[in-house]
Amino acid sequence: MSTSTSRDSILGKVALNKPESTPLPDLSFFINGTAAVTEQFITILGNIGGKAHHREGTIDEVISTIKNDFPELKRIYSSDPDVRRALDLQFVTPASGHAFEDVDVAIIKAHFGVAENGAVWITDDLMGNRALPFICQHLVVIVDEKNLVPTMHEAYKKIGSSKYNYGAFIAGPSKTADIEQSLVLGAHGPKSMTVFIMA
Amino acid sequence: MKEIHAEHAELAGEFNKDEDRVDWHDETLWWIRAKRDKAVNQLPEWERLRDAASQIKDHVLGNLDTYLEQFEANALQNGVKVHWAANAEEHNKIVYQIMLDQGVLRMVKSKSMLTEECHLNEYLKEHGIEVIDSDLGERIVQLAEEAPSHIVLPCIHKKKEEIGELFHIHLGTEKGNSDPQFLTNTARIHLREIFLTRKVALTGVNFAVAETGEIVVCTNEGNADMGAHLANVHIASMGIEKIIPKKEHLGVFLRLLTRSATGQPITTYSSHFKTPQNGREMHIIIVDNGRTRQLGRPDFRNSLKCIRCGACMNTCPVYRRSGGHSYHNAIAGPIGSILAPNLDMKDYADLPFASTLCGSCSNVCPVKIDIHQQLYKWRQVIVKEGYATKTKKVSMQVMSNTLSSPTAYHLAGKMGRFVIKYAPFAVNNRLNPWYKQRDLPSAPEQSFGEWYKENRKKQ
Amino acid sequence: MTVGLFVPCYVDQFYPGAAIATLQLLEKLGVDVAYPANQTCCGQPMANSGFEHLTGDCNALFIKNFAEFDYVVAPSGSCVLHIKEHLHHPISEKIYELSAFLTDILNVKSLPAKFPHKVGMHQSCHGQRGLHLSQMSELVAPQFSKPGSLLNMVEGIEIIPLDRIDECCGFGGTFCVTEEAVSAKMGVDRVDDHLKHGAEYITGVDMSCLMHMEGILKRKGSKVKVIHLAEILNGE
Repeated sequence: MSTSTSRDSILGKVALNKPESTPLPDLSFFINGTAAVTEQFITILGNIGGKAHHREGTIDEVISTIKNDFPELKRIYSSDPDVRRALDLQFVTPASGHAFEDVDVAIIKAHFGVAENGAVWITDDLMGNRALPFICQHLVVIVDEKNLVPTMHEAYKKIGSSKYNYGAFIAGPSKTADIEQSLVLGAHGPKSMTVFIMA
Repeated sequence: MKEIHAEHAELAGEFNKDEDRVDWHDETLWWIRAKRDKAVNQLPEWERLRDAASQIKDHVLGNLDTYLEQFEANALQNGVKVHWAANAEEHNKIVYQIMLDQGVLRMVKSKSMLTEECHLNEYLKEHGIEVIDSDLGERIVQLAEEAPSHIVLPCIHKKKEEIGELFHIHLGTEKGNSDPQFLTNTARIHLREIFLTRKVALTGVNFAVAETGEIVVCTNEGNADMGAHLANVHIASMGIEKIIPKKEHLGVFLRLLTRSATGQPITTYSSHFKTPQNGREMHIIIVDNGRTRQLGRPDFRNSLKCIRCGACMNTCPVYRRSGGHSYHNAIAGPIGSILAPNLDMKDYADLPFASTLCGSCSNVCPVKIDIHQQLYKWRQVIVKEGYATKTKKVSMQVMSNTLSSPTAYHLAGKMGRFVIKYAPFAVNNRLNPWYKQRDLPSAPEQSFGEWYKENRKKQ
Repeated sequence: MTVGLFVPCYVDQFYPGAAIATLQLLEKLGVDVAYPANQTCCGQPMANSGFEHLTGDCNALFIKNFAEFDYVVAPSGSCVLHIKEHLHHPISEKIYELSAFLTDILNVKSLPAKFPHKVGMHQSCHGQRGLHLSQMSELVAPQFSKPGSLLNMVEGIEIIPLDRIDECCGFGGTFCVTEEAVSAKMGVDRVDDHLKHGAEYITGVDMSCLMHMEGILKRKGSKVKVIHLAEILNGE
């Protein structure tokens, strides 16, 4: 295979053809976070088809709300130890994401949420399996209110150099508007996303 | 494998035969432009964000070799296999080889304009590999055996009734049902089966972070993730220009990308792939395919800053009224028209002329590419390289001679008005297209020059 | 202050009224204006078609005609933009589109004009996006409009709202014939927006766009007229 030759030739052409270097911009201007983050997060998440519960309380109360919100659910799953205890879930280590194909509701904790776009940041250690937040029919996320940040600039500051193998910002249910721009929730992933903001 | 195709004007003329469809296409895309306006006006710092994004990308172009090597080293460190492809053919061969190594004949693929550019689907099909596109819009055009007509909204040219019919034929839905909710749910069930059974998934790359070696893929549907997480092998294809230096720069780009594209504050999923899952493989293919040549063209290199948001298409009054297929290139619209001539100047010589140079594209561009200026510059290059039509050359020479000689100009002016006044149907063929739908002004008795001579004595 | 009046070729030939109004308006405002008789064109039709290399003689003629003046003023945003961007000569520093000259150099605060009609303002792209005569709808920036402010000084005028305040009319120079279908459709759509909102006149800073829209209005048999900004500002 000619890959290594191609590598060298591409890098050689880049070196030959690239323009003069210019400085990177200073991004500190964009950090200005004292907005009403909780209200904004709730509003934006609503706008993008998600739903937020802002509350004080325990995981047990969260679960009873979920059971109330999804009366039809058959299989509920979480890899979070607190949630698993509350649900009395037996420990299973599925070899692959395929095992979650019949999960109705997945409950996942997020590191933080972003007010400007209603996204939450979740890494693979919190997911248990990378496929879980995508393959489930409904996604429930728990985030601490103190971990809401105003914009993506603060978000990446918060991520910093933390270690993860895979991470995703997830903002609302899976959606598509590919057919005549009619918005449909539940394209391939979850049909709904509920975020519990824990005070 | 080059198809013979008509030029933009002719294809756009075809599209315009159905005025209702043109109106629908125009209004739908304008509605998305309006959503974009609404979203960006909520950020007072919007223009500074565009400046920052543009500066980051400029910086990347000036240090691209260094960042590519840094990215490669970090990706290797992360356990990812890195491949380099000089052109489309090499890219396609690498993908095929990975399939052979896996002993697998079926692939699921999420949206990647690069693979459209490389004609990967056709290549794999010829080699007996089945590819299923998982983005709903892409799946629809795939069933229709068409190319995407828009980089973000692949089947924006299709009406729901046509999609209903396609689903009826290919997926066995009831005839006449074209409800978007129903059709989307049908696709969900159909593609879930695909995701669960495919061992190799290919995705595009929105951003590749040099300092960490991770790639970021943005979708609303979740199809890139469904494919990649359920497969044994994840292949990600990226152009060399997808590099950004640091993770913090994602803050800038993710704020700009979707607001520009659809008016959403962010895509539903912004997935950061760093390492393969346990016991699985992740491959990244870094592709040149003419990009280093474009990098060497000072007037055009900054087209490589493009983050594929599609805002220039949505705002373009020509694109909205000519449809994506009239550009006969994987990437349509204004950005496609400045990228395509780099790939094949002769084949795409018409595209830089498919514009009024109104400049709206440059204003919506989140990385501030001077798109309309480049369209103008490409016109000069294309003419100089000899790709202008012969009649155009002659008429332009006549025009130049007339306009550089006051005497010739004044004479021609008199004749011009004479012709318009007395023989509108006898006018020279070259001007005929005007008359098809428009009248010309009535000729005045005298030109301004003549009036001035009579009424002012200064000279 | 001496001003050389540059009258674009198609204005000279088809719309002398716009040029006369420009001249009279400047004279009314006390400007010493002259019209060099040997002028022809800015060279844009060739350059936009990819033949910038054929515009050398045309450019030399332009410089010869206008070098002596303190300012050059033209009733066209498009031609001025072309000179500014492509002439590569000090003359491009002192050329102004009419409404910019009135606003930025003459600092006009009032006009004795009267025009009791409903008028739709067409934002010609080269004037707006090229010369920044008005704020552009794509940007997040404060609103302003040089031609709009001038029109607001006119007694009795009613500026009508539009659904799309700054979409291109589709003229585009040779684009209007090489891309006939799209060009005409753009013109039809632009005109319809004005008609829908009850315009009696469509005005703008560029006669070329107005000529395009006039062609469509006439073909439709519409009574609505096009009128150059100068003609309204010079109205009694």
